[in-house]
Amino acid sequence: MKKYFTLLILFFSGVFSFAQPVISPAPPQTQTIALIHATIHIGNGNILEDGMIVFSNGKIIDVRTTAPIADIQTIDCSGKQIYPGLIAASTDLGLNEISAVKSTLDEYELGNLNPNVRALVAYNTDSKIINTVRSNGILLANIIPDGGIISGSSSIMQLDAWNWEDAVYKADQGIHFNMPSLARFSFRNRNNDDPLSNAQKEIDEVRTFFREAKAYYNEPSHISTNLKFESVRGLFDQSKTFYVHCNLVNEMMIATEFAHEFGFKTVIMGGADSWRIADYLKQNNIAVVLAETHSLPILSDDDIDQPYKTPYLLQKAGVLYTITDNDGNSRYRNLAFNAGTAVAYGLTKEQALQAITLNAAKILGIDDRTGTLEKGKDANIVVCDGDILDMKSSNVSMAFIQGRKIDLDNKQKELYDKYEKKYGIH
Amino acid sequence: MPKLIKALLLFFIFPNTTNAQQSFPVNGVVDIRNDYFAFTHATIVKDAHTQLQNATMVIRQGKILLIGTNINIPKEAAVIDCKGKFIYPSFIDLFSDYGIPVTPKTQRSDIFQNLSNKEGAYGWNQAIRPETNAADLFSGDNEKAASLRKMGFGAVVSHQQDGIARGTGVLVALGSERDNLVVLKENAAAFYSFSRGSSTQDYPTSLMGAIALLRQTYLDAQWYKNRPVSEGTNLSLEAWNNTQNIPQIFDANDKWNDLRASKIAQEFQVQYIIKGGGNEYQRIDEIKDTKASYILPINFPLAIDVQNPDDARLVTLSTLKHWEMAPSEPGIFEKQNIPFTLTASGLKSDHDFFTNIQKAIDAGLSPSKALESLTQTPAMLLGVYDKMGSLDEGKLANFFITNGPVFDPNTFLFQNWVSGKKYIVEENGWMDLRGNYTLTINNPSGNDIYTVEIGGKAEKADISLKSKTDTSSIKGKINIDGNVVKITWNTKTDPAKMTSLSGIAGEKVWTGSGYDTQGNRLSWNMQLIAAYIPPKDKVKKAEEKETINTTVMYPFDGYGWTEKPLQKMLLIKNATVWTNEPEGILENTDVLVNGGKIQQIGKNLTTPLAGKTPIEIIDGTGKYLTAGIIDEHSHIAISGGVNECSQSVTAEVRVGDVINPEDIDIYRQLAGGVTTSHLLHGSCNTIGGQTQLIKLRWGSNAEDLKFANWDPFIKFALGENVKRSSSNNNQRFPNTRMGVEQVLMDAFTRAQDYDRMGTNKRRDLELDALSEILHHKRFITCHSYVQSEINMLMHVADTFGFTVNTFTHVLEGYKIADKLKVHGANVATFSDWWAYKSEVQDAIAYNAAIMQKVGLNVAINSDDAEMARRLNQESAKTIKYGNLSEAEAWKMCTLNPAKMLHIADRVGSIKEGKDADLVLWTANPLSVYAKAEKTIVDGIVYFDLAQDAQLRQRISAERNRLIQKMIHAKNNGSQTTPATVSFDNTYEDQYDDEQSNNFWRIKTEEIQP
Repeated sequence: MKKYFTLLILFFSGVFSFAQPVISPAPPQTQTIALIHATIHIGNGNILEDGMIVFSNGKIIDVRTTAPIADIQTIDCSGKQIYPGLIAASTDLGLNEISAVKSTLDEYELGNLNPNVRALVAYNTDSKIINTVRSNGILLANIIPDGGIISGSSSIMQLDAWNWEDAVYKADQGIHFNMPSLARFSFRNRNNDDPLSNAQKEIDEVRTFFREAKAYYNEPSHISTNLKFESVRGLFDQSKTFYVHCNLVNEMMIATEFAHEFGFKTVIMGGADSWRIADYLKQNNIAVVLAETHSLPILSDDDIDQPYKTPYLLQKAGVLYTITDNDGNSRYRNLAFNAGTAVAYGLTKEQALQAITLNAAKILGIDDRTGTLEKGKDANIVVCDGDILDMKSSNVSMAFIQGRKIDLDNKQKELYDKYEKKYGIH
Repeated sequence: MPKLIKALLLFFIFPNTTNAQQSFPVNGVVDIRNDYFAFTHATIVKDAHTQLQNATMVIRQGKILLIGTNINIPKEAAVIDCKGKFIYPSFIDLFSDYGIPVTPKTQRSDIFQNLSNKEGAYGWNQAIRPETNAADLFSGDNEKAASLRKMGFGAVVSHQQDGIARGTGVLVALGSERDNLVVLKENAAAFYSFSRGSSTQDYPTSLMGAIALLRQTYLDAQWYKNRPVSEGTNLSLEAWNNTQNIPQIFDANDKWNDLRASKIAQEFQVQYIIKGGGNEYQRIDEIKDTKASYILPINFPLAIDVQNPDDARLVTLSTLKHWEMAPSEPGIFEKQNIPFTLTASGLKSDHDFFTNIQKAIDAGLSPSKALESLTQTPAMLLGVYDKMGSLDEGKLANFFITNGPVFDPNTFLFQNWVSGKKYIVEENGWMDLRGNYTLTINNPSGNDIYTVEIGGKAEKADISLKSKTDTSSIKGKINIDGNVVKITWNTKTDPAKMTSLSGIAGEKVWTGSGYDTQGNRLSWNMQLIAAYIPPKDKVKKAEEKETINTTVMYPFDGYGWTEKPLQKMLLIKNATVWTNEPEGILENTDVLVNGGKIQQIGKNLTTPLAGKTPIEIIDGTGKYLTAGIIDEHSHIAISGGVNECSQSVTAEVRVGDVINPEDIDIYRQLAGGVTTSHLLHGSCNTIGGQTQLIKLRWGSNAEDLKFANWDPFIKFALGENVKRSSSNNNQRFPNTRMGVEQVLMDAFTRAQDYDRMGTNKRRDLELDALSEILHHKRFITCHSYVQSEINMLMHVADTFGFTVNTFTHVLEGYKIADKLKVHGANVATFSDWWAYKSEVQDAIAYNAAIMQKVGLNVAINSDDAEMARRLNQESAKTIKYGNLSEAEAWKMCTLNPAKMLHIADRVGSIKEGKDADLVLWTANPLSVYAKAEKTIVDGIVYFDLAQDAQLRQRISAERNRLIQKMIHAKNNGSQTTPATVSFDNTYEDQYDDEQSNNFWRIKTEEIQP
């Protein structure tokens, strides 16, 4: 009991000289909270000046211009910006801790066709990466398995939980198809065979797999149950999304063809060249999860700012898209800045914000619950001292996941505190 | 007198043909011939500039005895009438591997191989094999000889194309005689390259390693001349020394490599004949400046199949354009007066040889220069022009006979004579049988008369027949083999019902026999009535005469310059100027740039009289002017590998040797405001290579990119990368951080001992560099992560009395910032990288801020070609993580790196007298919304948003033109190759190197920063 008490004191005094295990998930929201006098960015393009957002039991109950409100805990957010929790639509958060240490990686399963492999069960809520990500305003993340051609099933997690079961925001939401590259490389063609034929063969294997799966459902009972077929059932009734990882036009065309043949709700992941066929993607209702804006153009002739302006080109064409950050070195915390760069190259700030909030929620099928700061949605809220998209002012001071005020501390801040003390530079 | 000795030597070296004796026993009756022939009535092209009409050449015993227009034909000579024929000196190829066994391709094993595995008293490195003597390996190959003869070659220098020092080549004739008789000259030339070939040894893994190895070998060979006892016998160095006085041929194979080879030649005062790569025209001024002679390939690239837009997408303008321009190269060399010879090396098929020379001629090469470059030039380069390379009395009887001027499209070779022996290339057509004839068929029933027309090509005639009564003619088939003819034609409409005739063709009368369709025997004869009149050459249609856009871009890239950007006087008006000086931020301020320097800073500066220099006024209203960004840690613009990974100490390798001025990342980073980059060796070993500081003068060559008068640096590295933690099976010392310290102690101890040696020591490039560190003439930038190793290196430095100039990455620098300060080190770090490997688990985004607050000089660096475009954003993160001021943050990528690179007196801030390396930003430069509108280096605008927009249009238009041209070529029957991804890098094999574009790095080895 005494120990617990000490821990509590440490918690509230904010003194941490060791160990992030004491960064605990927050308890459920018990009191209604109102954040007042803030500039509220709804996430759908609208801004509410001197706004007030009220949430209770984890849900937003009111968003409007600040007005007197009785018997509610209010937090004055004057001069602050309020945003919906940012959504990272493509990460391996919780699966991949230290990239170079094999034993800390749970991302790559063996085998080519693994639709039944599920990311959520390996999601490590105690990953030290997670806290650094959410302290930059990212409150939800899509966790994707990698490896093989069909790598498995992804889930959307909220980033404040004791265990993966608690963390699940939407379980097994999508199936991931890593399309083999349809580009020729001269150095891979030393044997003079057509390097594309192998890729075509692999793609055909996937097509055959889905044709067989479809036929399999025609018969309700089976002598031998096929777990792989069972795991993709949701694609056919569109309760799951088909994510196709590809970049070139011919690859995206094949993805679209899959969408037509099987009636899948289809999303392109990566989409480096999606801008080339933006209208086509729009017509076919294919959404795009773009890789980092902070990427190099793929060929030297390309416009040097191509990846910076691709979001704008998709926006202009009316394609549903989101921006991501799955950078293996900075570890996913620069999502907002990837969106910020897209503002310098054509988007408005609110469009860029929407790309990583409402758009992401739509693509991930969670827009009924989050993605904007609107009444009835989960209270996934970020309070920022300045412009969240611009690193020089992007200081997140408070964040709520489903109304729970989360601890924004992380291992890096703890070490910062520790060494500020060492040098007396606090 | 020496001339006489030389003549005598040649006399003995070349097979002596006047004496028919030989040591070889004969099984049977001796049949000694004199090979005594007279070729009469020929057009003899003695050399590229001398042509004799109706001339005679007499050869005897393999040599030319007489040549001229007024020759008394010796009675003993067999006469060959060459009326209508041309005789040319046969070609010489200096770059062949004819008759030399190809070394089997080897795969490097996982086992670390520190030394050569060649048995015997040879040198330490397996790629240095000057002891290889092609004459020992040579054995004639009839099939290949026939193929080369078909192209007109009579002799080649053949060598084993393997290794960095490849040994000597042998001059051989392309006859099919016993090997003893075709070997003309041993040790005809010595060969070198940058490619280690079949060597299984680890060193060198990189181009810079290969260059260092060559340089060290020159030094070692010099040192070996005194036979140092410690070295014992070194047959490799001995062979090296013995082959220095013969022609030195360097297989450089690329324009930049040509210049790299030339630099080595200058350093060691040798003259290379450089085998080029066919892209020399892209840097012809620099190539000319090498003053070398060149061996040019003519294996011009095939058109690419770009009909499908998805395929065209993957091919860059430089690749498309090279296809168009490559055939121009020999002509450009001719115009520039650069000596060159051509090689058939690299051609896929022997048919391509004449086709491609014709392409070169169409693109500007003169036929006489083409001939000279294949005859006289190679002979002179080899020093054997007194023996071959033209048709002159006393020279080797190496010549070929054609039906016309050698490079005309319809010309072909009848015979290629090698050392006085005839080799038939094309038997048909020697007698031109074409013409109009009267054919008389003697049937049992009487005589039928027809008119016959033989036309087509001399070597491949066609035939048509007309009966006296008929007006329509019937096409037949004629097969002429020597003078034996066979004629068949369709009998359906044939009134004579003949199936086939055979017989002997004569000059005017043909006779023979045959059968009609009933099987009745008949006889026939044919009389010439009129000689063949060739149809007039079709005038090339206008559309066939291809237009070539000969504009070359510098660099050879879509974004290259077609005209060199000018240094102008610039007046930037009314900008917000971030000075990085005590003046801080100056609002509404003008900056005047003159002669590449910042001349004046002030308000309302008046436009000075520019004199001869043009002046450009730039409106800076609402914009921000800063000093250019300096990237302390970059790996862009490096060719042939960023790491020389093969040894733990490779202080001898130099990034400065392998700058790639064509890396598009230079341009992309200019667009991010970068003006100076410190190009580092990778982190694969404890003591990596010497670094190179460059300014991003896009379009310049490697030497002009270099930052002048800088203090040289060297890259060190510690931790996981150097102890090969990612390898499951490391055998290279060290394997622990304990070992890393010992590598350093050992290296500097050796350097100290080396310093104490006298002047007669073996000059060691590795120890030279380390000695410079000890003498504070070279400075360290050290890749480092955890505090223990950083502390360790500072102790090593203290022991040896120097300071570690910079710790780079230094992600745990915040843990020992106080110690770093005491030591006096600078630090360059990432803004927010972490957790990609075990040693960066404690990395924090607050690192830069803590170190700054403790009082260190801190820079934010990139180590990444993309991130370098946003170092302004990365620096801004120090405001978010650690609450630094904007002024402090901005210095992180400008003044602070300038200080740590010892160049703050010239760059890093806006101050009168400093270099005009400036960036005009559209917004607060620390903001994510800021774009560089203009980036200026030395007062030259190298990047400009408006100009960039124009370049994009140019790229698009030029791509479209070339794609259409390729599609047209394909539709017109040109052979094509499938489209493959064009890489940013010159060497696509480097796709998995650190700097390759991540996008294409699919399923390849990840490389840790």
